[in-house]
Amino acid sequence: MALVTMEGVGKSFGRNRVLRDINLAVESGEVVCVIGPSGSGKSTLCRCVNRLETIDEGRITFDGRPLPAEGRELARMRAQVGMVFQSFNLFAHRTVLDNITLGPRRVLGVGRAEAERAARALLERVGIADKADRLPRQLSGGQQQRAAIARALAMEPKLMLFDEPTSALDPEMIQEVLDVMRSLAASGMTMIVVTHEMGFARSAADRVAFMADGQILEIAPPGEFFAAPGSERAADFLAKVLTH
Amino acid sequence: MLDNLHVFRDGFVRTLGLSLFSAVGALLLGSVLATMRVSPVPPLRWAGTAYVETVRNTPLTIVFFFVAFVLPQVDIVFSFFAFAVMALTIYHTAFVCEAVRAGVNGVEVGQAEAARALGLTFSQSLRLVILPQAFRNVVQPLGSVGSALIRNSSIAAAFGVQELTGVSQGLATANPGDVIAILLAGIVCYLVLTLSLAGAVGVVERRLRGEPR
Repeated sequence: MALVTMEGVGKSFGRNRVLRDINLAVESGEVVCVIGPSGSGKSTLCRCVNRLETIDEGRITFDGRPLPAEGRELARMRAQVGMVFQSFNLFAHRTVLDNITLGPRRVLGVGRAEAERAARALLERVGIADKADRLPRQLSGGQQQRAAIARALAMEPKLMLFDEPTSALDPEMIQEVLDVMRSLAASGMTMIVVTHEMGFARSAADRVAFMADGQILEIAPPGEFFAAPGSERAADFLAKVLTH
Repeated sequence: MLDNLHVFRDGFVRTLGLSLFSAVGALLLGSVLATMRVSPVPPLRWAGTAYVETVRNTPLTIVFFFVAFVLPQVDIVFSFFAFAVMALTIYHTAFVCEAVRAGVNGVEVGQAEAARALGLTFSQSLRLVILPQAFRNVVQPLGSVGSALIRNSSIAAAFGVQELTGVSQGLATANPGDVIAILLAGIVCYLVLTLSLAGAVGVVERRLRGEPR
């Protein structure tokens, strides 16, 4: 059974239709990369999955159940879905360690000692164990994003959403974040990744969804998609991003 | 003048008391009201807005009148001092609310989104993520509200509270020859209070801007 399903999902910001008739099913353990030109609705799609954006039409389910409306039910659902943002959004007034333990302690009710032990193990895993007691602003962008990934993983989520995780990073820091994501994908995590990193999509995705004008124009395994895109828009897009 | 130092001292202490009690009350209620104004529940938002707009646009003297004369009619009777604290609290709650709300709105949207994405409830996000950051931005505006509160507390003199303005008035009436000296002394007392507050605000702000922990 698919972990996430979207059926006929549509959304508008005022008169601007940002999502039209989105149909997507993400299986447990699958990595789906969403690519496409700016303004195609990729981020909005990603943000609809944990209801940071509400939808105007259609239906989204997570783990077999429709997304709850606002309230405790929704909070409980979100606790099972990790999210990584373009701008990291680490809590600015808390140390890296506190950022990571906040969710487990306050949402899952894990004790302090245990939460900190788990957090340090996660920091080790993303390669910034020595930054535990720093504030977010004392870290480089790449380190902040890895801390943000650790914060999301600390909730032991069933699904990870990545909303352009490397778009705000200096080029030399992109790789360190992609490496963490790649190992996460290899570990069997279910992931929806909105990205401009074609190399990552090619090597880590099980399927690539190409979006333009609020629609998913095609969805295919990366080998197939990158070798022979099925639509002219996708071929155009790939010609632009792959040759620059 | 020197014979009346203890009178001034009593007035000073009373002004300090009025200001402290009202400030604590306004800080607590103002934060609650600000929470209502940013909450996802429309009726709470409306109630908060109605309170702020009504109270903020009413002259403080009217608020005093209301508390001092209307409440006793429904058999709520306290000392003049307590009534004055209530009036000052009610009034400045609206200003504290607006200062805190501006601070909340000044915190990046991404912070609240990250908090919600983790599964924190609305009140947890506010308490653990938004307010601690908002308070850094509001120390200075809250200081201004506090300073206004200290000066506004002088209205209590007209309602039978012998605070700084009240005692200055009394002394000036009794010693017409020393009016200037008496009023200057009163002003100095107010300056001591407001400037100490400004100093404290500066210290708190520097500490918050520095490295926490």
